[in-house]
Amino acid sequence: MTGTVRIVASVVVVALIAIVAAAFVIVWRPALAVIDPPAPQAFDAALVKKGRDLAAIGNCSDCHTARGGRNFSGGVPVQTPFGTVFSSNITPDAETGIGQWSEAAFQRAMRSGVNRQGQHLYPTFPYDHFTNVSDEDDRALYAFLMTRQPVRAPARENQLSFPFNQRFTLAGWKLLFLRHGTYRPDPKQSAEWNRGAYLVEGLAHCGACHTPRNALGAERVSAQFAGGDVDNWHAYAINDRSHSPVPWTADALFAYLRHGFDPDHGTARGPMAEVVSNLSSVPPGDVRAIAVYMAGVSGARAADRKEQGAAASARSEKAAQSNAAGSSIYAAACASCHESGRPLPFGGVNLGLSTAISSPDPRNLANIVLSGIRPVEGERSPIMPGFAASMNDEQASALLNYLRARFSDQPAWTGLDKTIAEARRTQSAALQTSSGLGPGKASPDPAQRGKP
Amino acid sequence: MMTLKVNGRDHQVEAEADTPLLYVLRDDLKLNAAKFGCGLGQCGACTVIVDGKAVLSCVTPVVLLEGKQVTTLEGLGSVAAPAPIQRAFMEEQAAQCGYCIAGMMMRAQALLQKNSKPTDEQIRAELEPHLCRCGTHMRILRAVHRAARLMDTADASTTADRSAR
Repeated sequence: MTGTVRIVASVVVVALIAIVAAAFVIVWRPALAVIDPPAPQAFDAALVKKGRDLAAIGNCSDCHTARGGRNFSGGVPVQTPFGTVFSSNITPDAETGIGQWSEAAFQRAMRSGVNRQGQHLYPTFPYDHFTNVSDEDDRALYAFLMTRQPVRAPARENQLSFPFNQRFTLAGWKLLFLRHGTYRPDPKQSAEWNRGAYLVEGLAHCGACHTPRNALGAERVSAQFAGGDVDNWHAYAINDRSHSPVPWTADALFAYLRHGFDPDHGTARGPMAEVVSNLSSVPPGDVRAIAVYMAGVSGARAADRKEQGAAASARSEKAAQSNAAGSSIYAAACASCHESGRPLPFGGVNLGLSTAISSPDPRNLANIVLSGIRPVEGERSPIMPGFAASMNDEQASALLNYLRARFSDQPAWTGLDKTIAEARRTQSAALQTSSGLGPGKASPDPAQRGKP
Repeated sequence: MMTLKVNGRDHQVEAEADTPLLYVLRDDLKLNAAKFGCGLGQCGACTVIVDGKAVLSCVTPVVLLEGKQVTTLEGLGSVAAPAPIQRAFMEEQAAQCGYCIAGMMMRAQALLQKNSKPTDEQIRAELEPHLCRCGTHMRILRAVHRAARLMDTADASTTADRSAR
């Protein structure tokens, strides 16, 4: 009997040791050696330039530059269902940035979400996409970041609840959701398509906003590009479930991504404004490649586009409805621009073509009606006054219901009052955080669009 | 027929629900301080204060104003007794052609009512929706600062506020 007990006990001990060893292998990552921050001259100028364009495609500045803060010095709060994660300082400051990171450490962070010190990083840093970035592109990004102005900006403490504040749990998350090197060129497709796929699935990380996430905060692979959430905005579905009244084509996507505006779809705003601002500065071939690939994803049916556009416009001609308040507000507040026939983008798009109005999620329309669209400094750009000061929640709700009924063939929204109250709350919070930092567009980089 | 509260007084106005407030102010009530600039909410010349907030009256239908307090520049002060914001703009000679100034003063007034010591940056951000083609921006900035100082020592409330009390 004692012999059996002894055998069982040793099996248990061996199993426990094996589990601990396995957990150690899964969780533990070594710190990589510190280096002296390399001199900017150590990097090839052409490589730095390539890295600049790649950083713009990756939209790095959006999360890593606070409004009114120094470029890439981090500290931007990112709200998640698990708490708030603050972005890190990715300037080459030795103590508070990545100045002591070797290229190997940078590449490990991009591939596996582990910092130089060996800590697991939260997937708000989208390494599930960046793992697809090639060695040479990582090298260029490293060269670009290491030649920026170093900024001393210590990390801000994340505000996460237990157990999410334990970084070792991220090792389990990666085991479940991080797939290394998932991108493989498709030989059946063109080089341009493949370039687009490489960028979209990798560095550009479009799915990080446009794909819905599961309970553990990972993108749902089965619903890729079916629409997601970002900063109290809805990131539209950009697959075949797009609610855009007129289907997207590669040309329309190119115009939108490159210039921030397409007559059939309107203007980029909210978090997308920053994306197109960055894309306006990169080689057009890369934007074209993204557009070509995404047009395939969204399954644009080019043939019936004209008809769908005409149908969408015709719908807007429908007679007035029973919503008298909404109709009056629309006539004075909206129609003066949106029915003016003035040249776009200044005249206001045909609202029958608005994805915000056709979308199942009313947040974007609420945000835009309350906050408006601010002009982009130094550019000719769309502009719209916000109506937060002149409409109360009930009036805004009447207007949104009217727009939905008149300009879409979709069922009425539910819970509109709550959406509008929430949009107003986040708008005033955004105004408060920006006060003292000056105008929303007093961003250190004048090309960056102010976030509403 | 609806009741519009302007500068502390109730006015019965005959206006369709979708009539812009600016038209009622100028055409029916003969309050001509608020100006018609673009009619599209893009220049700021028509700005008035509604319940303490700056509002573009050219894109605000009167139906939205049920039960709300409207204040126009006439409600702040008069030639005989100018309000601090008006005195400041005169003392800084901030008007050239003057077309934008009424709107500028109204938004500056709304700003000063919630923030009595705004920074230069805050004033610039707040007045961003306003266009001035003469280029008196620097004087306008100085005038808002001066108004802030004047209000520190004077009663900053508007006559509309006083009569509403």
